[in-house]
Parts: sequence; C-alpha cells; structure tokens
Amino acid sequence: MVATYDAKTDYKVIGSTPIRHDGMDKVTGRAIFGADVKAPGLIWGDLLRSPHAHARIKSIDTSTAEAMDGVFAVLTHADFPQADDKSIDAGEGTVNLRRGQTNVMADGKVHYKGHVVAAVAATDRNTAREAARLIKVDYEVLPAISDVDTAMAAGAPAILDGLVGDHLGQKVENTNVARVFRHEFGDVDDAFANSDLVIERTVSMSMVHQGYIEPHNATAIWAQDGNLTVWSSTQGSFGVRSQTAGLLHIPESKIKVNYVEIGGGFGGKTVAYLAPVAALLSRKSGGRPVKLVMDRQSVFEASGPAPGGKIRMKIGVNKDGKITAADTDLILEAGGYPGSAVGAAATCVFACYNLPSSRITGYDVLVNKPKSAAYRAPGSPQASFAIETVIDEICDACGFDKIQFRLDNAAHEGTRRGDGVQFARVGLEECLTAAKESDHWNSPLGDAPAGKSRGRGLATAYWMNGGGKSTCDLMLQDDGTVMMNEGSADIGGTRTSIAMQAAEVLGIPVEDFHPSIPDTDSIGFTGVTGGSRTTYTTGMAAYNAAHKLITELQHRVADLWETEVDNVSFADGTFSANGDSIGIQNLAGKLDPTGGPATATASVNLAEAGNAYGVHICDVEVDLATGKTDVVRYTAIQDVGKAVHPQYAEGQIQGGAAQGIGWALNEEYFINSAGEMANRSFLDYRMPTPLDLPMIDTIMVEVPNPLHPYGVRGVGEVPICPPLSAATQAVKNAVGKPFYELPVKPGRILEAQNGI
Amino acid sequence: MHPFAYVAPGTIDEAVAVLNEHGDRARPMAGGTDLIVKARANAWELDAVVDIKNIPELMSLSDNGDGLSIGAGVPCYQVYGNSDIAAGYPGIIDGASIIGGIQIQSRAGLGGNLCNAAPSADGICPLIVHSAVAKITNASGTREVAVEDFCTGPSQTVLNTGDLLVSIEVPKPAANSGAAYTRFTPRNEMDIAVAGVGVMVVLDSSGQNFESARIALSAVGPTPILASAAGDSLAGKPVNDETIAAAAALARDAASPITDMRGTVEQRKQLVEVLTGRMINKAVERARG
Ligand SMILES: Cc1cc2nc3c(=O)[nH]c(=O)nc-3n(C[C@H](O)[C@H](O)[C@H](O)COP(=O)(O)OP(=O)(O)OC[C@H]3O[C@@H](n4cnc5c(N)ncnc54)[C@H](O)[C@@H]3O)c2cc1C
Repeated sequence: MVATYDAKTDYKVIGSTPIRHDGMDKVTGRAIFGADVKAPGLIWGDLLRSPHAHARIKSIDTSTAEAMDGVFAVLTHADFPQADDKSIDAGEGTVNLRRGQTNVMADGKVHYKGHVVAAVAATDRNTAREAARLIKVDYEVLPAISDVDTAMAAGAPAILDGLVGDHLGQKVENTNVARVFRHEFGDVDDAFANSDLVIERTVSMSMVHQGYIEPHNATAIWAQDGNLTVWSSTQGSFGVRSQTAGLLHIPESKIKVNYVEIGGGFGGKTVAYLAPVAALLSRKSGGRPVKLVMDRQSVFEASGPAPGGKIRMKIGVNKDGKITAADTDLILEAGGYPGSAVGAAATCVFACYNLPSSRITGYDVLVNKPKSAAYRAPGSPQASFAIETVIDEICDACGFDKIQFRLDNAAHEGTRRGDGVQFARVGLEECLTAAKESDHWNSPLGDAPAGKSRGRGLATAYWMNGGGKSTCDLMLQDDGTVMMNEGSADIGGTRTSIAMQAAEVLGIPVEDFHPSIPDTDSIGFTGVTGGSRTTYTTGMAAYNAAHKLITELQHRVADLWETEVDNVSFADGTFSANGDSIGIQNLAGKLDPTGGPATATASVNLAEAGNAYGVHICDVEVDLATGKTDVVRYTAIQDVGKAVHPQYAEGQIQGGAAQGIGWALNEEYFINSAGEMANRSFLDYRMPTPLDLPMIDTIMVEVPNPLHPYGVRGVGEVPICPPLSAATQAVKNAVGKPFYELPVKPGRILEAQNGI
Repeated sequence: MHPFAYVAPGTIDEAVAVLNEHGDRARPMAGGTDLIVKARANAWELDAVVDIKNIPELMSLSDNGDGLSIGAGVPCYQVYGNSDIAAGYPGIIDGASIIGGIQIQSRAGLGGNLCNAAPSADGICPLIVHSAVAKITNASGTREVAVEDFCTGPSQTVLNTGDLLVSIEVPKPAANSGAAYTRFTPRNEMDIAVAGVGVMVVLDSSGQNFESARIALSAVGPTPILASAAGDSLAGKPVNDETIAAAAALARDAASPITDMRGTVEQRKQLVEVLTGRMINKAVERARG
C-alpha cells in the first residue's frame, strides 16, 4: 500500500538554505576522493585497451610484461571465475553478470575501442603502464558498426556472439537488435486517418557523455582471509558491492565498500568498471592494495555514455487543437552490449500529453561503441527532442499558441502514460501556466546586431523519478547534537537535504547534525544516488527515523517524569506532560537514568516516486555568417514538489539545463571511419564553459507530491531533457530552417542556410 | 610515459650540447603545455627534456624602438601584460591572449606555439602578418628564418637536431598600420580554431587607401598559410567594401582545409572569407587609431 500525505505549508527548516555540511572540506581540498586513497604497500594497476572498435582476439601474450621488473600481476579474462548468466539491479538499469564481466574485461572479442583486454599491477603507475604496453595481442580486425542503420541492416555481422534477440516476443538469432517491444492503446491508425493534420519526422542524435570531472577509480585489497575491501568513486556503494560480488562470483558479505566523495556521476557512476579488476589484481599480487584510475580518453571511450540513435515521430491533430494520436519508433544505441535506455525513453516519450491513442515501439540496438549507461533522465532527453520537434511544427503549421496548445493537451491527474501507468497529482499544467506568465515569455526577443538573428524556443519534458530502498540512522548525543548515518552518496548536497528532513521533525537546527555516509558494513542497504530518488527516498527514511526517535524519547520522558507515555506530547522540539516541558536538546543530556543513548533507525522501500515536469524557454542569437550560436536568455520552470533546500534544487535545474544545452548545440561522439571517437578529450568534446551560458533563471513551481510528507519530488534529472528541443527550436526560429539532427552545431547551421 | 632526464641548463651552449648528445630523443621545453601533453600521450619517446627557462637570452622580452624581441621561453601573460607592447602590437596580443586560459597563458609562450607548429596555432598568424623572423642557434652559429617559412607541416618545422629557437624578432610596424587576429570556435573559450585569420594593413596618410597588407590563415592547411595574393590585392586600393570582399574571396581560395571533427571543408572556407573581411575592417580601424 502506498501512503499519501497532505503536505504542510509552514516549515522551520524545509525551504531554508543552510550551508552544506561537507562544504568546507570540499572547498579546502580536504575531502577524500577515490584517487586520494592511500594504503600501506599500495601498488598501481594499469589496463591494456583495444585499439580496434571491433575485433576477435586471436591470442594474448603476457610473458614479456610478466617478466618485467616491478610487475606483480598480469590479468586476462581467463583469470575471472564463471559468472552467472543473470541480471542484477544496478540502480538505473540492470547489469547482466556474464556480459558485465566481459565488459570489464573482454573474452575473445572486443566490442568497442578502449575495451579492456588485460590488466597489470606493478610497483608504480608508470611501470604498470609500460608493462601493459608490452602485452602482445593478436587481433582479427572486423568491420566496425557505428550507427543503428548499419547495425540493423540485413546481413550486418552480429556484434555479440550468441545473442538471441527478443523481437516482440519472437526469438531472433544473429542480430544486433537485442529487444523490440511495444506499448499501444487505442486505434492509432484509425485516429491518424481521421485527423486534420498528421506530421511525421525522423530525428537523430549522437552518443554524448556525462562529462563528470572526476575519472573512474578503484582501490582494492583482497586479504588472505577472503575479505575484500574496496574504495571507489560511485553513486552507490551497494551497487559496487553487488556488481563486484556477481562478477567475481563471491558472496556480497565478503565485500566492504568504503564511501569516498564523488566528483560527479550523472548516472555514469553506477557501473563498477574497475573495482572487480582491482580486486583480482590485488589477489594475484598477494593481497597488496591495488589502485586503478582511468584517464580522460578511457572515460570517453570505455565508460558508459548516453545512447545516440534515431527516433521516428508521427503525431495527428485536429483543427480544434487536440492531439488525436501519436506513434513513435525509438531506436537507441545500446553500445557494445544490450541495455540502452530505450525502456525509460518509452516511459517518458508521451508523458507530457494526454493522448487518446498512442503506439510506442522501442529498439535496443548494439553498435561498436562503449556500452551505454544512465545519464540524467536516461532516454528522456532524446524522446523529448523528438516529440517536441514535431509539436513545434504542428503549432507553426496550424498557428496554435505554443503554450496554450500544450495546456490543451497536457497530462494531468488521471492521465495514462504511454505504458499504461496512471498519474496521481502532477504539476505540468502549473509549469505551463508559470511559463505563460513568466517575464521571459512576455518579453520581446530584442534586436540582434547586424548579421545576427535571434530566436526563441520552448519545450517540455518528463521524468518519473525513483523510489526504492534507503536507510537512515539517528543517534542523539548528550550535547543535543545528532549523529546521522545515511547510505546515499552525496553528489548535490544530499547530506544536508536529508538531515533537514529529520531536523524539521525533531525541531533541532540542521547545523547541529553531523551527517556521515558509512561503508556498506555499517549502514542498511541504500540504492544509488540516481533516478532523482535520494532527497525523496533517503529523506523519507530520515523522516521516519526522526519519528521513531521521538517515540523513543517520549518513553524516556515518561520514565524521567514517572508518568504514562500517552501523557507525553511533542511539538516544536519540546516534550510536555502534566504542565512540565523540556526541549529535545536539553533532554539529550539527561537520558542516562532512562537507559542510555537514544537512537533510531529506519529503512524504506518506496514503490512509487511522484513525477517531475519541466518547461524551458530558450533565446539564442545566431551569427548568420559563421553559424555560431549564443544562448542569450534561458528560463527553466519545474515542478519540484517542495524545494527542501531551494539553492540546491535550483543548482540541479541549472546544471541539468547546462548539460542539455551542450547536448543540443555542440556535444557529440564524433566517430571516424575506423569506428573511433575522434574527439576524445575535453578540448574537442565541446561541453559548454561558463562563458557559453547565460545565467539560467529558474522558476520553481511547488505542486506537493502526495507520496511524501513534505511533498518532495525528485528534481535532478528532468531539467536535462527540455533544452535539446528548446535550444533547437530557438535556432530554427532564428534562421528559419528546421533541424532534425543533433547537435545543431555551427557547421550544420551554415549547411542549412547555404545548402553547403 | 617513457622515463626521461630533466635538465635545466643556464646557457645556450649547454642546452645545445644536451640536444646534440641525444639527437631526436631530446626536446627543448618552454612552457611545456604542448610538450608534456604529447609526452604523456606517448607521441614521443624522450630521453631528455631540456628546460630553457633558466637561459636569460631565451627569457628576455624587449622593445628597443626598432622592434620587439620575444625570447623563446617568454610566457604569453608577460607579452600581453606589458602595456607598451599591448598598445604597439595589438594583433599579437589578439593571439597571445586566447591561447588556452589564464593558467595556460602563465606558462605557454609564442616560441613554443611556433615550434609546436600546429596548423591551428593562434600565435603564429599574427607573427606572420607582422613579418616576424625566428632567430635560431646551434653549435655552428645563428640563422634567421621568416616565420611564414618556419613551419613545414603539422608539427614539423625547419629546426634540425641541435637547433634552438632563441627569440622571435618583430619589426616595428609602419606608420598608419594596424593588425588583428581572430579565430572561429564554437565555444567562447578553451577551444581550438576551426579557422583563424590574421591581418596587417598599412594605410596611406589619408587613411583611405591601402598601401600594403598581409593576411595569414590558421587551421585551413597543413601549416599556417600566408595568403599573399589576398594581401597583395589590397595594395594601392581604396578602403571600401568591394576591395575588402575581393581580398576575402582570395583568402578563401588560399585555404586548403580538410573535413574533420572540428569542421568541414566548405564551412572552413566560408569562415576564412567571413573572418578575413572582419579582420581587415578591424585592422583598418586600428590603423586609423
Ligand atoms: C588546455 C590547453 C589549451 C590550449 N589552447 C590553445 C589555444 O587556444 N591556441 C593555441 O594556439 N594553442 C593552445 N594550446 C597549445 C599550447 O598551449 C600552445 O601551443 C603554447 O603556445 C605552447 O607553448 P609552450 O611554451 O608551452 O611550449 P612547449 O610545450 O614547451 O613546447 C612546444 C614545442 O616547442 C618546442 N620548443 C619549445 N621551446 C623551444 C626552443 N626554444 N627551441 C626549439 N624548440 C622549442 C618543444 O620541444 C615542443 O615541441 C593549448 C594547450 C593546452 C594544454
């Protein structure tokens, strides 16, 4: 059963903006990140990676590397135990253990450039690197498949040996299409036939990377007693534990994963690429601690980016401004192994609209690129780009107001999403109304200087947010402060936003909280920081733990005052009974005679999360002679449910918008004819810098989530989705030409204008 | 990365001796912003890196009235941080002040930029349009090479084993002259030129006619290109939209770009034409003062 709440409106702590507990350590450089981990006797690992995008490994000769001075261990796939052929949850997506194992170290075949083929451990990093270069691999190079069309063409060589595709329930061998699935309701074809206007377009986009600053890393000690200790930058220590256990075929209870600070993840740090390899290197090196750190090239070439692909989108509409039907084929790149975000894309694609009929067909397609992973609202940005491109054309073709049309067709409480799920209270209409009333929407574009042209775009998007399992422990100290343990990796200030939720219940200032994120032996299971689940779910655990602590303290007060517990009431941080009262922080020092320290722990497993919507408005100025686009004004409107810490919520929205703008205008995996990513550095992988973005204004709409006591909704992911189309439609508006391919980079703008 | 010896001699002779001893397995290092990146990427296997920043002649920056002498190891920030140089050579500053960001400019110099010989280098075109000369020394003496003749291909120069760039000599600009450089990048900083154009114009005393002009192009050929025909076309012509457009079209013809991840042939040719027009106008503005 799902509990529902009526959110309060008067808060003491929720909605304030205290400084984050980890702030000082982070700005002074004292915080410990994965690459900072030191251990006595530490040695270094290095990885040999495939220079080819697609090849069979004929032989591997490690003898020269093994003979080199300073080398402790050399590893190939032969050193791995047989993993089970089953899938486990990795937070945002699943990992099939057998394929996950060959993804961290190739078995007989390489599926993408940068695929790990062997590993070395040696006294120092340089020795390990030199030794890895001495490993001789004999490859039979195969043609690289770099896009979904080539992968799906008849007769295309199958990338994954033994893959049996599931195509709408049919088993298909010798294919690169791992899965085809469909959600359908209503008579879509009949509705199109009876529509006043039907527009159908196909859009495409390249793979893009999360671009987190901190590269993947892992340090492991596999002690002689069989206990394995790991430090690794991750969005979820428990995910590293379960994947490492699964890939190495050992019990999870033998593994302890220590929390280290994380320098960005955005979904990409949910996959354990290095920990299993560091662990095996440690065991082969006699239990020495082994450290592995990726360089940027490997992060680009061999960690998990967001899929590119192709989306066909067909929408019917009547003159009265109502959508009649929508039909889409979502064809996304899984990368070198099955498992793109196409499932989530299908969930999100039509979720902004209340549709009388729809058909969604999803294709999960292997290509010789890194295995894709989650990236902020996985699948939804691509889906939003496709539908919002066609909606914009419909509005232009019929003269519909772009906000009113969306309001007239907006999803609301009771609407069924394309996959059948029915919405509880959602805030899309409120976001659209806020956009309509915003200063931005009501301000003229302004004049561009000579030779330049301005344009405006608007787009909406959706993300379902996540629930799942989280744990929080509270320990009231004698001095009235609270030690708090919770299991969520802190990426965006969640130590504080979680503590704030317990602080609100207890009536204790959040500054008197000491939040910690312990190792996996020391806290109950907590899922990844991902899916926009953390403030909502771990916050709920903190809320529940705080209520348990109050109940416990009511018993203690009853003991102290020799009264019945039912007589003890609690409000605003104060316990009262029979005319006496005591503040909670005062009470803390008086607990010894009542049984000692007061603690409480709570774990939750939340089935549903409450949905998030965003509406973005983007103004650009395009230099018509060079194709250079500058974003000159940007407003992001979002239903945040309740902003626990408004600055952090705003920061999430601005960060998401910045990444989405980069995706729209410049970022791409530029794949050359050899199937290599040519632009594998931050110099050529053009993420926006601060000089490329205006201040991103935010309007936070608060439609309380009925599933959370404070009305909290996840905020971190949906803001990356609307910019793809908002920025593209702005460029279209500026130059008068539509764009169906991302990124809308300067060269494409010149091409569209001049036909060059 | 292959392990190498690091040496930091105090004189040119010592530096040249180490370079000769190791042949092509030794390299001079100025700011190191290209060298370290390439060594880490295993572009070279080096036995010795010769830091030149302890050699006084290579670290001096002076304007003796006849022109500017920029030591091979002088970092960009010193060039644009000198107000006399900034006022007298704004075209050179246009290049020096966009190489990387502040951290890079605190180390990187025009000498390293030239010796690295990237087709996209932002420092070289301004030197070419200023008719700058590279002063090179080795065990047998010193020679001078015009900057436009210095680069012979991507990462290739006229330097031979044992050669050391000492300085770049920039003649004093003529009266009524002006220079400017710009590049096109999709981003507003930390990016690499898709195409770049440097222009130097000398006007007559009325400021209405070109006496001469030099135009140089980056990132549109294997080396920075002196577009002589484009520059020469302006000599003796009035300053107006037609003469400028004609020169820009000739600059476009001089470009021989490739299509790669940074841009296409057509895009780069168009950029050369557009930027040439813009830079001629800017140089004229500066010449008129
Ligand atoms: C983040 C980043 C951003 C960058 N952005 C730009 C940019 O926007 N535009 C641009 O043009 N470049 C850019 N660069 C490249 C580089 O910074 C420049 O080319 C810089 O000018 C090189 O100067 P340096 O002093 O660091 O040279 P070094 O790296 O020290 O040397 C470069 C080359 O010159 C040789 N050399 C140095 N001194 C001598 C000498 N006295 N005699 C003979 N050979 C010598 C070296 O052996 C080496 O081959 C960037 C680099 C980085 C890392």
